[in-house]
Formats: sequence, C-alpha cells, structure tokens
Amino acid sequence: MATIVEIKLPATLGRLAEFMNVVTSSAVSQGFTPDRISEIELATEEALVNIMNYAYEGNSGDLQMIISTDASGNMRIELIDKGVPFDSTAVAEPDLEAELDDRNVGGLGVFFIKQLMDDITYSRQDDMNILRYTAYKERPQL
Amino acid sequence: MDITIRKENSAAVLSLSGRMDAVNAPDFDKHISELLVEGQKKVLIELSGLQYVSSAGLRSFLSAAKQLKAASGAIAFAALQDTVLKVFQMSGFNTIFTVYPTAEEALKSF
Repeated sequence: MATIVEIKLPATLGRLAEFMNVVTSSAVSQGFTPDRISEIELATEEALVNIMNYAYEGNSGDLQMIISTDASGNMRIELIDKGVPFDSTAVAEPDLEAELDDRNVGGLGVFFIKQLMDDITYSRQDDMNILRYTAYKERPQL
Repeated sequence: MDITIRKENSAAVLSLSGRMDAVNAPDFDKHISELLVEGQKKVLIELSGLQYVSSAGLRSFLSAAKQLKAASGAIAFAALQDTVLKVFQMSGFNTIFTVYPTAEEALKSF
C-alpha cells in the first residue's frame, strides 16, 4: 500500500466535510463505482463521527486520516486519534429486529463499517487509537 | 441537505434532498419539533431527492417516529433512491417504517 493522501485536522464535526471531500475524491480517482463510493463515504462518515463525538470526551484533539492504495486500486483508510482508548470494532451489534419502541441507533455506524468494508482492524499504539479498513475494488460476495 | 415542507390535506410532507449527514441531521430534527408544536400528527418524509443518509439521519428518523407515535400520530416514508433504500435495508429500518414507492400512495395511507 502506498499513501496517496494524508490530512490531520481537529476532531470536530465542523471539519467533517473536509475529511469527506478527501475520501470522495480519492475514491473517484481510484475509479470506484458510484455505488461503491457511496459505501466508502458511509463507512468513513461513521468512523469519523465516532471519533469526533467520543475520542476526546469534549476536549479538543486531532484526527489524522491516511489513505493508501495498492496496484489493484484497493483503498485503505487509516484513522488515528490520541483520545481515550476505544476499540470500535468491539462494539456490540445492534438489534436489527427490535420494534420501533425498543429501537435505538447505537452501534449502527460500526455495523455499517463492518458490513461494507474489509480487513477492519483496531490497535492501540502508545497513546494512539488506530482504526484501519480497506475498500476492495472487487468485493468478494458475502 | 435541503428541506421543503408542504401541507397535503391533513398531512405535512417534508421533502429532503441532497445529503443527510451528522452535521445537518439536526436541521431535520428542528423541523419535526416545530411540526409537533403545531400539533401536526401525520408526517410524510419524501426522499426522492435524497442521495445519501448515514446513521445520524437514521437516528433523526427514528426519533421523529417515536415522538409522533407518542403524540398518537403517524410517519411514513416515500420515494427512496437506491442508495438510501440500501441503508434502510441494511439497518432493518424498512421493517419498522412504512415505506411507499410514491408520495401519493403514502398520503392515501394516512
């Protein structure tokens, strides 16, 4: 994997659009289909928003995004923050069959990432949370 | 995301277009709160112009549905584009919400 773009901005919702523009333009430049681009956008918004809302517990801090690609055009997205240790890959799956009254949206964002992306890993290195996932060009059918 | 509101008989029709994300979903919440204050009981969410929704948007839809139910009202969804329909299906929202192909059909259901 070779890095094609890297940005680091404050981890706040006010900067979401800037991160998303980078993700979208990277996916477009790699030639992903419109459907796949939507999926990459959805998974990435969910991952970014989780970090923006929870990593720094109301304090300020940075969020770094590194996008890499390989020769086949697969795209890896790496999100790094220095917030509280949080393994989003371990979040419990939401109950997708609950009736309206018992429904909540907790865990749905992480569920989307797991449904749409591959090779999802979390690691804590020194004071950093590192979340990585890959969007394959040709996704093996589930 | 743009939101327009029109009244059709006794129902309020909210047409959403563009992209609904974590930043602008609260705009939708505000419109719902205002409609509830006005005493509006029937709300149709028309999505033919909506190209994208994330879990933040789903949270807003769910909250609107719960508030309307508590007020003995009803909510329905109509005219979802494929990308939005996929998100509804993936999350199981197509089973808790009533989803109609067109606004006309949804309005008849109220």
